[in-house]
Amino acid sequence: MISIQDYALPATLEETYEVLTAKKSNTILGGCAFLRIGSKKIGVAVDLAKLNLDFINEKNDSIEIGAMTTFRKIETNPVLIKYFNGILPKAVSHIVGVQLRNSVTAGATIYSRYGFSDFITALLSLDADVVLYKGGQVSLETFLEDGAKKDILVKVIIPKTDRKAVFQTMRNSRSDYAVLNAAVSNKENDWKVVVGARPQRAKIARAASHYLAESQLTKEDIEYAAELAANELTFGSNIRGSREYREAICKVLVKRAIMEVLA
Amino acid sequence: MKINVTINNQKRELEAAYDEFLVDTLRRYGYLSVKKGCDTGSCGLCTVWVDEKPILSCATLSVRVNGKNITTIEGVQKEAKQFADFLVNEGAEQCGFCSPGFIMTVLAMKRELAHPTEESIVHYLTGNLCRCTGYAGQLRAVKKYLGVV
Ligand SMILES: Cc1cc2nc3c(=O)[nH]c(=O)nc-3n(C[C@H](O)[C@H](O)[C@H](O)COP(=O)(O)OP(=O)(O)OC[C@H]3O[C@@H](n4cnc5c(N)ncnc54)[C@H](O)[C@@H]3O)c2cc1C
Ligand code: FES
Ligand code: FES
Repeated sequence: MISIQDYALPATLEETYEVLTAKKSNTILGGCAFLRIGSKKIGVAVDLAKLNLDFINEKNDSIEIGAMTTFRKIETNPVLIKYFNGILPKAVSHIVGVQLRNSVTAGATIYSRYGFSDFITALLSLDADVVLYKGGQVSLETFLEDGAKKDILVKVIIPKTDRKAVFQTMRNSRSDYAVLNAAVSNKENDWKVVVGARPQRAKIARAASHYLAESQLTKEDIEYAAELAANELTFGSNIRGSREYREAICKVLVKRAIMEVLA
Repeated sequence: MKINVTINNQKRELEAAYDEFLVDTLRRYGYLSVKKGCDTGSCGLCTVWVDEKPILSCATLSVRVNGKNITTIEGVQKEAKQFADFLVNEGAEQCGFCSPGFIMTVLAMKRELAHPTEESIVHYLTGNLCRCTGYAGQLRAVKKYLGVV
């Protein structure tokens, strides 16, 4: 059970950062669904509700998603349904139920770099950047590797291109966490193969991605790329699946995703 | 902290600790239809609407609904009764503990889905667990209620 000593609803990012960094236990509230199941002792709970970070904006050459945007908004947003084969709406649509998706937020998910995340896996296949209040703009890939000092994740920026992307997931039951998830995208032969819930956080399978770019994309090539992805990435065991099982599933999901991108 | 909300079209001033979740506040103020099941965001039993959207009251801090509109099943009794008749006719209710949350989600779905299909119904209701029924009767009831053949 979490405990909260005080509550702040700052009106600017500057003020938010000041409150957040004043004490170690001060904590940002996203949708609160994950904080709720922990036992954190929070000093000041910092609510971002007044910062207007709940948006999905289509710009000339990018799409921006604000940190407080809920997964349900991502799932039902016409711009996100239209671009990238609708990979982002598809990826979040598996997460528990509509009610949870009406609360959980993009910013909290990315900032927390959850290994199991479906959203992060899909986003990583789209060349996305994240914008941090102090840390500035960094690629999602770098952010996932390095994390950030205590900061506020403000928004995500996705280049608006005709990249075609596909999400695949394997779950023991509909609303459970993924045993494994994968995203594959391609734009003018620039391939990205991403695998997440390994159960470690999502990673780009570089060798597999390069191989696809240089191959003839025959059936054998696709199978070989899937094999490469399973070999170059590491997998682990937890209650949802063993390392060996995940490795085997990886080949299947990556192969299916490549074939769907090519379809 | 004092929070001002409208619950089922009635303005109310409630008192809630910073770390109290909406399900507990609502129950403390007598809205006992709001049930607590898993208390971890997984079962949908605690579903209420905030500004017409179904949310999990066990995962929503009460301080964050300040100024908002909350609807519990007490606020949509007539509609709930209409749908409940379909549930009863299909033998789709046993202990009934999941029903308030389930019905709130079904009524929200009715407002949100312009052209429901069996697939979109199942997808929308994935977050509502029921330990008794096995879902087949519930699905029959929802389809009949929404006129999905
Ligand atoms: C029961 C349950 C099942 C789930 N199943 C899945 C699943 O199958 N697949 C999946 O991908 N995800 C799943 N999730 C995770 C969910 O999708 C969210 O990723 C998660 O709940 C975090 O979002 P939140 O808004 O609730 O964050 P919160 O709980 O509010 O916050 C999480 C952390 O992020 C910090 N934070 C929040 N916003 C910011 C910000 N803007 N900048 C910096 N730090 C911030 C908070 O301080 C906190 O430390 C599940 C969650 C629950 C509760
Ligand atoms: S009690 Fe809220 S989701 Fe189970
Ligand atoms: S009828 Fe008993 S839990 Fe649903």
